[in-house]
Amino acid sequence: MKMLIKNGRVIDPANKIDEIYDILIENSKIARIAKDIKPNGAEVIDASGKIVIPGLVDMHVHLREPGREDKETVATGTFAALCGGVTSCLAMPNTNPAMDSGENIKLLNGIIKDTAKNNVFIAGAITKAREGKELTDIKILKKEGAVAITEDGSSVDSEDLMLDALKKAAGEKVLVISHCEDKSLSGRGCVNRGFISTRMGLRGISKESEFTRVARDIELALKAKARIHIAHVSCKESVDLIAKAKKKGAQVTAETAPHYFSLDETLLLGYDSNLKMNPPLRTKADIAAIKAGLKDGTIDAIASDHAPHTENEKQIEFDRAEFGVVGLETELAAAITELIDMGVLSWIELVKKISYNPAQILGIDKGTLAQGADADIAIISPGEEWAVTKESMHSKSKNSAFLGRKLKGVVEYTILAGKIVYKREG
Amino acid sequence: MGWTRKDLLGLEDLSKEEITLILDTADSFKEVSTREIKKVPALRGKTVVNLFYEPSTRTRVSFEVAAKRLSADVINIATETSSVKKGETLIDTGANIEALKVDIIVMRHNYSGAAIMLAKHVKASVVNAGDGWHEHPTQALLDMFTLREKLGKIEGLNVTIVGDIAHSRVARSNIWGLTKLGAKVTVCAPEMLIPPGIEEMGAKVSHDIDDALRNADAVNVLRMQFERDDGDAFPKQLEYFKNFGITEERLAKVKKNIIVMHPGPINRGIEMSSEVADGANSVILEQVTNGIAVRMAVLFLVAQANENIKHEDAD
Repeated sequence: MKMLIKNGRVIDPANKIDEIYDILIENSKIARIAKDIKPNGAEVIDASGKIVIPGLVDMHVHLREPGREDKETVATGTFAALCGGVTSCLAMPNTNPAMDSGENIKLLNGIIKDTAKNNVFIAGAITKAREGKELTDIKILKKEGAVAITEDGSSVDSEDLMLDALKKAAGEKVLVISHCEDKSLSGRGCVNRGFISTRMGLRGISKESEFTRVARDIELALKAKARIHIAHVSCKESVDLIAKAKKKGAQVTAETAPHYFSLDETLLLGYDSNLKMNPPLRTKADIAAIKAGLKDGTIDAIASDHAPHTENEKQIEFDRAEFGVVGLETELAAAITELIDMGVLSWIELVKKISYNPAQILGIDKGTLAQGADADIAIISPGEEWAVTKESMHSKSKNSAFLGRKLKGVVEYTILAGKIVYKREG
Repeated sequence: MGWTRKDLLGLEDLSKEEITLILDTADSFKEVSTREIKKVPALRGKTVVNLFYEPSTRTRVSFEVAAKRLSADVINIATETSSVKKGETLIDTGANIEALKVDIIVMRHNYSGAAIMLAKHVKASVVNAGDGWHEHPTQALLDMFTLREKLGKIEGLNVTIVGDIAHSRVARSNIWGLTKLGAKVTVCAPEMLIPPGIEEMGAKVSHDIDDALRNADAVNVLRMQFERDDGDAFPKQLEYFKNFGITEERLAKVKKNIIVMHPGPINRGIEMSSEVADGANSVILEQVTNGIAVRMAVLFLVAQANENIKHEDAD
């Protein structure tokens, strides 16, 4: 089974490629990248005028299964991923049961084997039942396939426990991903603390609640001589702290999500709960800092923090609505719209943030179009605009922060292990 | 310029002209309550539902009296007696009320933004009777109506709002309304009760009540809810009265004719002394009377605008 992608603009940051090439795929791997490859019986995809990139590696996805199959399942979430050009994702462990034991990871691995439509990697929990009291057995989690551990959804409040987790994870060479939030500061807040929270009459979530925890966890990682990855960076102060730590030589990496570089807090004034997430949308100055951080390399990765919730959990009073937005189907287009079109990143830089770097951070063999690599590929029409509507979405939940907006960049094909697994409708 | 909005959700979005129009309309309705037969047929055949998710006597009664003086039929729904406790969503409740062919829903809700949400989902007019800490537009309007009646104008006045600004929808609506009409607003409270960024709404912040009263033409004293048990920081009751309570001694040092307002119900001896509450500067009971005229004006204007919207839709 051979496939030939002809005349596309191929972007592969791993090999510093940004040029029109043909890509030949054989036996689920990339066989050759060159000019004018002859089909010789291969199935040909004409990619003229299109951009060809390694499939997205989204390192922050809530697939909700097991436990909340009403919000999303591995099957629906991973199909939504393919629609967004995402060929690999990291499943967050805040399921029910949480991914806190070898047995539970086995259970999820079974579901993935039977139903997943793309490559799903698993993050284990840091503490048992995500209660912040007792560490999970990192060795066993790793043995069953976890590539990282995280308490995502909350932060490990106990400094001793977090330090211990970092030390053990370093010993096992497992990445620790930190959701940075000091709950004693954020409390029951639900929008950025400041003029907007006051104007809306809502409790605020201060930036301090995020960046003080970023500072703490970087310090702990240094002490433990461990790697740490900061999830969903939303504010300028966090960007500054991470930049400083990198200069000091800390093994720190960071991600942000498209809503943090696209949307600011003033959009919340209509109380649209599809814009409610944690951390919350911040100010225009924070957006500028996030973009600068992406440009200068402080922020290594873009991840969706895909967090599906049902209409019943969202279409209620703002205070009561769940935190979180879906993002698998919009992350690439939002990034093209806000980062490429606005001249923040070059294509090679964007693909680095959205495919190559996350794969490197997770230590998985993805995110490149190098010869011999898995043929996980997205082919996109970068200039085409589309409207984000509930009808346009394939995720089981429709709680997108971009609903009603126009974004640029349409996924034409998603190819997984050399097979076309998604083709644009119509 | 006429009134074109289906709903009254807050004062933040209103123009100076729209606010003035409500106050002028209220002026013309005030006289109705002094007649022997206190009724005009302006809303005859219309149905008003008072949907109250929070216990409230005075606001609900004020709206009820206002609607009845306009000849509307009034239905009161309180959470204790409704299906709300059975877990019905606000949108479903709104749809069910609308199915009763109701014209205006007056809603009090404990969550900020609830009125905005309801208004998006019903064709009936929605009047916000207070949502969380967000807005309480008719209270601010009646405060402004009273000020204008007493002092002849709003523009240029110095108005001090004292009390729990952080948790107060009355404060927020007053700041929006008063500043739009050209008054200078100072909010005064202990630091923990001043919400972040309030200056950007156009208010000056003070932590010294004597200082904040010095040039004030009026002081609006908010109710202090010492029974709050939501974990938010709150001052001690006695200390609060000592440092921020409005007393005759304090008023003796400021403008002689300073107007003292309170949205009620008053905690005597907590946010103000009994002498002040009952004293010559107090207009607290006049506020209650004016509340009826202001709410008549609001009900009348939104009903009329919604009629026009429906006619346009039909064309």
